[in-house]
Amino acid sequence: MYSFDMESPSTVADAAKALGQDEAQALGGGQTLIPTLKQRLASPSVLVSLAGIAEMKGVCTADDGSLAIGGGTTHATVAAEAGAYAALAALAGNIGDPAVRNRGTIGGSLANNDPSACYPSAALGSGATIVTNKREIAADDYFQGMFATALDEGEIITEVRFPVPEKASYMKFEQPASRFALVGVFVAKYADGVRVAVTGASEEGVYRWSEAEAALSANFSADAVPAAPSGDGMISDLHASGDYRAHLVGVMTKRAVAAAS
Amino acid sequence: MPKDQGIGASTKRREDVRFLTGAGNYTDDINVHGQAYVHFLRSDVAHGTINGINTSAAEGMPGVVRIFTGADFEGVGGLPCGWQVTDKNGEPMQEPAHPVLAQGKVRHVGDPIAAVVADSLEEARNAAEAIELDITELDPVVDMKAAVAGGAKVHDDLSSNLCYDWQFGSETEAVEKAFAEAAHVTTLELVNQRMVANPMEPRVAVGDYSRANDESTLYTTSQNPHVIRLLMGAFVLGIPEHKLRVVAPDVGGGFGTKIFHYAEEAFCTFAAKACNRAVKWTASRSEAFMSDAHGRDHVTTIKLALDKDNNFTAVHTDTYANMGAYLSTFAPSVPTWLHGTLMAGNYKTPNVQVNVKAVFTTTVPVDAYRGAGRPEATFQLERVIDKAARELGLDPIALRRQNFVTQFPYATPVAVEYDTGDYHATMDKMEELIDVKGFAARRAESEKRGKLRGLGINCFIEACGIAPSNLVGQLGARAGLYDAATVRVNATGSISVMVGAHSHGQGHETAFPQVVAEMLGIDENMIDIVHGDSSKIPFGMGTYGSRSIAVCGSAMVRATEKIINKAKKIASHLLEASEADIELKDGQFSVAGTDKSVAWGDVTLAAYVPHNYPLEDIEPGLEETAFYDPANFTYPAGAYACEVEVDPDTGAVDLVAFVSADDFGNVINPMIVEGQVHGGIAQGIGQALLENCAYDENGQLLSASYMDYAMPRADDLPNMANYRVDHSCQTPCTHNPLGVKGCGEAGAIGSPPTVINAIVDALQSGGHKVDHIDMPATPQRVWEAMNG
Repeated sequence: MYSFDMESPSTVADAAKALGQDEAQALGGGQTLIPTLKQRLASPSVLVSLAGIAEMKGVCTADDGSLAIGGGTTHATVAAEAGAYAALAALAGNIGDPAVRNRGTIGGSLANNDPSACYPSAALGSGATIVTNKREIAADDYFQGMFATALDEGEIITEVRFPVPEKASYMKFEQPASRFALVGVFVAKYADGVRVAVTGASEEGVYRWSEAEAALSANFSADAVPAAPSGDGMISDLHASGDYRAHLVGVMTKRAVAAAS
Repeated sequence: MPKDQGIGASTKRREDVRFLTGAGNYTDDINVHGQAYVHFLRSDVAHGTINGINTSAAEGMPGVVRIFTGADFEGVGGLPCGWQVTDKNGEPMQEPAHPVLAQGKVRHVGDPIAAVVADSLEEARNAAEAIELDITELDPVVDMKAAVAGGAKVHDDLSSNLCYDWQFGSETEAVEKAFAEAAHVTTLELVNQRMVANPMEPRVAVGDYSRANDESTLYTTSQNPHVIRLLMGAFVLGIPEHKLRVVAPDVGGGFGTKIFHYAEEAFCTFAAKACNRAVKWTASRSEAFMSDAHGRDHVTTIKLALDKDNNFTAVHTDTYANMGAYLSTFAPSVPTWLHGTLMAGNYKTPNVQVNVKAVFTTTVPVDAYRGAGRPEATFQLERVIDKAARELGLDPIALRRQNFVTQFPYATPVAVEYDTGDYHATMDKMEELIDVKGFAARRAESEKRGKLRGLGINCFIEACGIAPSNLVGQLGARAGLYDAATVRVNATGSISVMVGAHSHGQGHETAFPQVVAEMLGIDENMIDIVHGDSSKIPFGMGTYGSRSIAVCGSAMVRATEKIINKAKKIASHLLEASEADIELKDGQFSVAGTDKSVAWGDVTLAAYVPHNYPLEDIEPGLEETAFYDPANFTYPAGAYACEVEVDPDTGAVDLVAFVSADDFGNVINPMIVEGQVHGGIAQGIGQALLENCAYDENGQLLSASYMDYAMPRADDLPNMANYRVDHSCQTPCTHNPLGVKGCGEAGAIGSPPTVINAIVDALQSGGHKVDHIDMPATPQRVWEAMNG
């Protein structure tokens, strides 16, 4: 990797200040950024580690009943402590491998918005609120395509609030090499309707499958899941064609509905 | 009651203590005082003309010692090919130059163009980015059939992209007659995909040079240090053997890809002398993907002829074999002599003809990978037999049994003579282990859960114990394939055995002493082996082709026999008895029929303190060397089976059980053998279900990291209760002193067709008319096969 300076602030305010420097880059758990640096594909002048900010860590139930997770909370911690939202804890517990789960953070994953990552589907599928050091962003406004989000330069995800649904489940069909989601579907049933978020499949990144949401809101059963979507606009690569991914969207949605609890 | 020492004992691997506690000494652990580091600037295009390389800015950068390009290697030899194949017209294969650094053209992504030697690796990388390349891209050559049809040439000085067009086995007339008279012909087109070996330890080379005595030393991740010394010293750099030492210390897996002599080894040795400073290179995993020789990559059409009674009457194959951009060390031998000679399989088919076109493409060179040619032969033969059984409505086990070779020795139509075997015995064992009779009930149970269950069975034979030198010399090998061992008995009776074989995971340090301990009747912990350093060991050819115990082990037996003969002479002197009456048992020399005896340690001490010693008859000391050249290959064989469950909704394949029944002849350490088979099967399952080295049409490597190249993991394998390996069927090799056959490659050879046969069986059970699925059988491929 190229040389860089490193700062490890202990408050969100200090981190925000540090990120104001030229070519500064926030470092969460580093599960994407460190390999990128090692391959010399990024050359920040300053890395600002968010790992030492205590106020960004932990899982708790907020006053409104939603589950609040600090942006610097690792996947392993969410898996262990988000029992109030079992489907979310299960999702976190099946990201990558133990080393990834002990380093990677929810804020880092959402800020990166990898089109095959698991967390974006949970955030979008739950209608979560992304809380930053500047504002609150609804998940529906947050995800803006592959690796693109509503975050401004230097903006830090401090917390993510998940409304806890009546029932939910995440079904991931793994890409065999990376074990990222080849297709992952997060289904959550709320009093006011069902949300279905799909990751891994679309060239536009995570998205809501509105036809399935409408059908499942009327009848929450696997049989109600509509025919698989079209393969147009789906990712087509070494591992799967767009058509196959589209087929899996249907299968994984059915399975998620069947497994929702 | 199992033995706790000697031949047949499952002695725990003594080397694992250091491997598992971080005390191994791998090449990257070796650092020479004052060493510099090299970074290779590699081509990012598949094919191009080098118009210019401007290194002037880079040379001025911090830490740069020297920058080398192809021009620095003009007048230096290229990397040699160790095997010359003669084509069907009697002409030698086309053999292109293989420069250490690219000269004039780049021919694959990863082809090294320049090498920056600097004080640190980061400085070398920085300077490499400042090198200005002027390269005109040329049309890539990726598809083999298109490559031989015309278009861009990989090597402008060759007449075409065809390396050789080889034909072997039965006469064309006889084969054509058999097909014309056949009651049934089954044809299958298939691909045996390109693989990356992926040893856990990437390749490393450290070149060192001593001005004091004009000696070069290369530390390298090699399976065969003497082969590297021979090839690099004699053909590339012109360093005589006594001035060149090659050390291959602990090596973290090879799987064939560390047999070959690589450009980086020659470069580090050359640059160390040129810079008068040690030069170190450690491959990144990305570099490994684009510079380690790949494996397999065959495209084949196979035809099987059967008579009205379902006897196999002829096999005919047509294969395109990818050589990549250059000829790696043993590349030409893999699709020919390691592949064609196995095409008879376990069957008494009277006519077998093999045709192979080897093709140059703008891809990484392809060479031997665990099994090397034999997996490719087995895959196509066992797939076409399975297809024939289905077409004819026959039980695939019965069809195979009917055609088994049962009389030994058996001379095949493809030039080899199987010395011994019992294919019905391994088939019986396999049927018992997988419980063939219970399959229908298990299938019904799977169907209740909505899954399609398939049973795949497979037989294989391989030629190991490579190889009789006089035979391979006739076939084009440019080296002998004997091996050597020196048994050095020390004064107090402990023993060092210097062996030409090299252990890179096989457990030689444990297994070899078991043999010597058995012969002498002493504690195996008194015996160590020494390997991997050309300055310490006799000239041996290293480890590949499941040859170590069969060839080098045999040399060790011969040397130990010499030791015993001499020790008996000494004992007869000490015991004042006739040499003919001396017996050796449990480490004691005794006089037959008496209670007079002398211990092993007393005899060895006498050899080195020869006060009371027959100096007029024999020399002091107790050290013997033997070279062993095998009379024939060895022929391990087996029968494998597996069961899969296919998810019809997604095409995902779950491998629920795998069993192997192998015949390895005699076995030295059953635990190590089982570990080798477990690993080999896992590797074969990786090929069958997961691994795929893919290039796009531009010659870019798509699967260039573990994000895209899927290696098998523990959860891809059946749980241990359903993953059973057996080697109780033993027909000892008739021509080596240990009766051993070799076990290193069997698993990787026998398992891929087993898995594919099972998947096809599962799909057929669901009413899908699927004849074949190419590897890897990914969920998408299976799903598409089910859905037309």
